[in-house]
Amino acid sequence: MIEHTGGHLFDVTDLNLWYGSVHALKDVSLAIDPNTVTAFIGPSGCGKSTFLRVLDRMNDLIDNVRITGDVIFDGHDVYRDYDTMELRRRVGMVFQKPNPFPMSIFDNVAYGPRLHGRPSKAELHETVERSLSQAALWDEVKDRLHKSALSLSGGQQQRLCIARTLAVNPDVVLMDEPTSALDPISTARIEELMTELKERYTIIVVTHNMQQASRVSDKTAFFLIDDKRCGYLVEYGDTADLFFNPKDKRTEDYISGKFG
Amino acid sequence: MMGKGLLSSDRARSFKERSGRVFLLLCALVSVATVLLISLFIFQQGLPMFGDVPVSQFLFSADWRPSGDPPSYGIASFIYASFVVTFLSLLLSTPIALAAAIYLAEFAKGRTATILRSSIELLAGIPSIIYGLFGIAVIVPAVRNTFGGNGYSLLAASIILAIMVLPTIINVSEVSIRAVGDELRQASVAMGATSWQTISRVVVPAARSGIITAIVLGLGRAVGETAAVLLVGGNAPIFPTSPISMGRTLTMNIVTDMSYAEGTHMSALFATAMLLFVFILALNLVVVSISRRSRMEA
Repeated sequence: MIEHTGGHLFDVTDLNLWYGSVHALKDVSLAIDPNTVTAFIGPSGCGKSTFLRVLDRMNDLIDNVRITGDVIFDGHDVYRDYDTMELRRRVGMVFQKPNPFPMSIFDNVAYGPRLHGRPSKAELHETVERSLSQAALWDEVKDRLHKSALSLSGGQQQRLCIARTLAVNPDVVLMDEPTSALDPISTARIEELMTELKERYTIIVVTHNMQQASRVSDKTAFFLIDDKRCGYLVEYGDTADLFFNPKDKRTEDYISGKFG
Repeated sequence: MMGKGLLSSDRARSFKERSGRVFLLLCALVSVATVLLISLFIFQQGLPMFGDVPVSQFLFSADWRPSGDPPSYGIASFIYASFVVTFLSLLLSTPIALAAAIYLAEFAKGRTATILRSSIELLAGIPSIIYGLFGIAVIVPAVRNTFGGNGYSLLAASIILAIMVLPTIINVSEVSIRAVGDELRQASVAMGATSWQTISRVVVPAARSGIITAIVLGLGRAVGETAAVLLVGGNAPIFPTSPISMGRTLTMNIVTDMSYAEGTHMSALFATAMLLFVFILALNLVVVSISRRSRMEA
């Protein structure tokens, strides 16, 4: 855990991103507080997922991506100061489709700790139990830790992926539409989980589901695309304000379902 | 009137379609019939030998003297030579093939990839006799200069086979590595894994069954290869004591003696082919069961 002296955990200023010659994100500035749930909402293609992937440098995997602006995480610049592997250990990511590795439940959760060190058997067991408990999955799988992760249901697989991310003690968990492939009951469990997890971690979640954003998040950022299909940030603030008292007409229209 | 005309043209069409389908089925059955005929033929020619030679002597005696008095038909040294050559060739080729498959599937782009792929394809298309000549010109002298002896050896045969099975192992492995979902790579990288950690800990294990299939297919190719190993292996009907010694594999034995064999001798050669055939069948069953198991896991 890191010491926060009341500052922001992420501080992004004037971020611009291009895929080749396509300008995908324009002048995004926002700050994210520790131990909160922040939701990114907006219509498809507005760049909210792209922006999420700026925070853990997952866009590096794509060729011809160019990024300008400052992305400060915990006092240091994400693109200049961090070792990428260390950054990604501290800023974990959960994906849209549950993507457990085709190995046992135990080995899935132990994957990260084994990457970043040589934990003893006892340490590993402790980490696996802690992570699965935090992801509210321990009771369901404790008797079959050595069964294939692919034998779990979709909702369980997604909680396993959350546990896998938590196993390396990240500061932040990025979630990219983590419930869009799940049924309503599994979705509700993951939403509960987000609220529990923010006591220890900072959660940033991209969601298509506005109800979800209003239920789970403390702050919400609303993104849109301009007529050149370039994403930009319209409004960012406390979730209650943004949903019930939007400052921007476009936010109001989107939230009330006039477009999107 | 009109209705009747439609009906009869319908009937004509359905007859045409049915006979077309039957024709296609018959063509497809050619391969089944051939496999059946081949096994029938080989067994019919090979089995009579066991009237003269007991199975245990055939399999476990290393004494092959078909023109001796009394003649002796033991193929143990050929079985052993085939085993050594196959094992050594896979030992040499698997690491290289796997590395090449990983490079092609994960890294190769543009012109480099095109050049690599077409040269691997070319490698697969070169007639085996040419591999054999290459072996005589290059591999045999190299073995002679490095390890002594005359160079014609099981080791030289293994090196040639290793090159020959490369395309099989590379291609099948590459396909299975490509088939590993990108979401698994992303999950690994997002945990802070390097690309090497991602490949060695996630991608290759996930492609495991395809890679094993690739090796088994390579094994089948190596066991059955004849012309190339015949040219460089020495072809001495003795029990090989080291990889440097000359040796005769099962296939070499058949091709060497077939031109003049008759009677029990000839039948013994067919029995040797029976053994090869059964072995290849068994390998195919292994491949089928591996791919079935991996389908069930997924």
